[in-house]
Amino acid sequence: MYLFVVEFPTPSVPLRGPCLPQQKRLQKELMSLLKEPPAGVTVDVDTAHTKLTEWVVHMEGAAGTLYEGEKFQLQFKFSPKYPFDSPEVIFVGDNIPVHPHIYSNGHICLSILTEDWSPALSVQAICLSIISMLSSCKEKKRPPDNSYYVKTCSANPKKTKWWYHDDTV
Amino acid sequence: MNSDEEYLYDCDSGNESSGDDVGLEFDIDGEAGSGGTKYKDMEDYPYEVLSTEDITRHMIECIKEVNGVVNIPVTTTRILLNHFKWDKEKLMERFYDGDQEKLFLEAHVVSPYKTPKAQKPLVKNSNGMEECEICFLNMPSAMMTGIECGHRFCTNCWTEYLTTKIIDEGMGQTISCAAHLCSILVDDQTVMRLITDAKVKLKYQHLITKSFVECNRLLRWCPYPDCNYAIKVQYPDARPVMCKCRKVFCFNCGENWHDPVKCHLLKRWIKKCDDDSETSNWIAANTKECPKCKVTIEKDGGCNHMVCKNQSCKADFCWVCLGPWEPHGSSWYSCNRYDEDEAKQARDAQEKSRAALQRYLFYCNRYMNHMQSLKFENKLYAAVKEKMEEMQQHNMSWIEVQFLKKAVDILCDCRQTLMYTYVFAYYLRKNNQSVIFEDNQKDVESATETLSEYLERDITQENLADIKQKVQDKYRYCDQRRRKLLEHVHEGYEKDWWEYTEL
Repeated sequence: MYLFVVEFPTPSVPLRGPCLPQQKRLQKELMSLLKEPPAGVTVDVDTAHTKLTEWVVHMEGAAGTLYEGEKFQLQFKFSPKYPFDSPEVIFVGDNIPVHPHIYSNGHICLSILTEDWSPALSVQAICLSIISMLSSCKEKKRPPDNSYYVKTCSANPKKTKWWYHDDTV
Repeated sequence: MNSDEEYLYDCDSGNESSGDDVGLEFDIDGEAGSGGTKYKDMEDYPYEVLSTEDITRHMIECIKEVNGVVNIPVTTTRILLNHFKWDKEKLMERFYDGDQEKLFLEAHVVSPYKTPKAQKPLVKNSNGMEECEICFLNMPSAMMTGIECGHRFCTNCWTEYLTTKIIDEGMGQTISCAAHLCSILVDDQTVMRLITDAKVKLKYQHLITKSFVECNRLLRWCPYPDCNYAIKVQYPDARPVMCKCRKVFCFNCGENWHDPVKCHLLKRWIKKCDDDSETSNWIAANTKECPKCKVTIEKDGGCNHMVCKNQSCKADFCWVCLGPWEPHGSSWYSCNRYDEDEAKQARDAQEKSRAALQRYLFYCNRYMNHMQSLKFENKLYAAVKEKMEEMQQHNMSWIEVQFLKKAVDILCDCRQTLMYTYVFAYYLRKNNQSVIFEDNQKDVESATETLSEYLERDITQENLADIKQKVQDKYRYCDQRRRKLLEHVHEGYEKDWWEYTEL
């Protein structure tokens, strides 16, 4: 007869503390976005400083694209598992880009935000992907299932089982 | 039997297996190969019952067998085998006949023939530190780990990444590299080396075994709750197999053993019983819509003069013709003028729907009834046990009272067979053979009911000999007739007698 003992390890890092690896990473990401932001991207420093796990990023439509001159806001929320868990990213504010992969409630259909997420990606990489998604758009229109989706979806876009069917736009 | 201990990884020893070792550090000592209990008695369909240790051992044997031929690293073999759902022949075929590079690419492994990419640090600072792309910390190179594809991250981040994948996402076989767009799978050795938490290791190992069983067509988990055995067969077939936990199930579909009905029909039946399609059938058969407000109504009395109870409607109409009621009272009017073709068709449709429902309920009732009786099985065994003890006090030997237990065994067999004959019969189209089948079914059923009755009778000193004779005769008859019924259905399968209704 054997006794079966499972030892529960004590967590090696404190859950709340000054030098959580996650905080360090977010701070570094914030710093690099402040210092060398991609064209048309600015982080709202005040919101990020009050709460490191919730950022607002301002984005401008790139020149020569359908969104030239438009201003948008992106909201990033980081779970305690970030960067192993992808951030929750949605458009907020009065101007939600009219785009075949962006729903009128701000949810974005972009594979790196869910199943293709890798911890080696970053806020900057997400911003660049979204800018490129906007820039390559040829016709401003909402996704075909917009009204149904907006009525039935969860508030958190990560709970949507996205169906990535088109990567041309 | 050696318990979980043997099954656990050797976590504390910290030994890193060499390249040729099997990636998962299972403790494979003990009498290897002797695992599994062979059952051959069940109608010459040989199979084994495997414990989780046996499954692991079997998996390692499969890997070794292939490795003896192809001579590539063990983890690569495991990933390749998994890619081919553990079909060794298929793997060998592709390995030697096809484009090997393409095969490795498809299975998301780095070709073992390529010289491994030098795991060059990505960013090297002047002080010999590398930056981990996940936590953005500078680390000495010794703290960094790379895998076959060349991507390097710090050991802590790898551990965290793998733990998230294993615990939160339940991934075992298919954890890919942490780098963006890299689909190369992380090999077992790396996983086992990087994961330090015994709980996570155990979960990883469970996930690997689970997927090994689930995608292997010669293996099936016992479907009963909390049973951790699996059945291993030599060829997959719809045959009864008995687990160590004594449960008998169909190897092909995992349901209770369901002879004479075939797996696909049983599946359809279960679905039919589960979903609410019958509710809508009932509505179609038993209700009509108010001709004015379209609310669904059920007739609950004999009078055909209907007054809609919807307060804002209150329509007066005739249930038969759905026309306004007003003219029905007059002598010049009768709703038999609705015998015109159109009205007749509408009534026929309702009739048909009603008949289909009746038919379903007929078979369902009988099916459920036997199922219900089977559920009392345990109660009956207990009652019979008591009776047997009582009889032994009345100068009967242990061996002399065994007929009662045998009778309950046969009773249960008959009930189970009868239960599934109703599923078979529901889908069966009437022909000469189906009439014979129904006669057989009737015969078994009435004999079964008589046997059941005998078993509930009081047994006294006086009637004991008489009852024993009766019970024995009856159960022999039941068993014989049950076998005949099954044989007849099987013969029909061979000779293509059975035609099914399109329901």
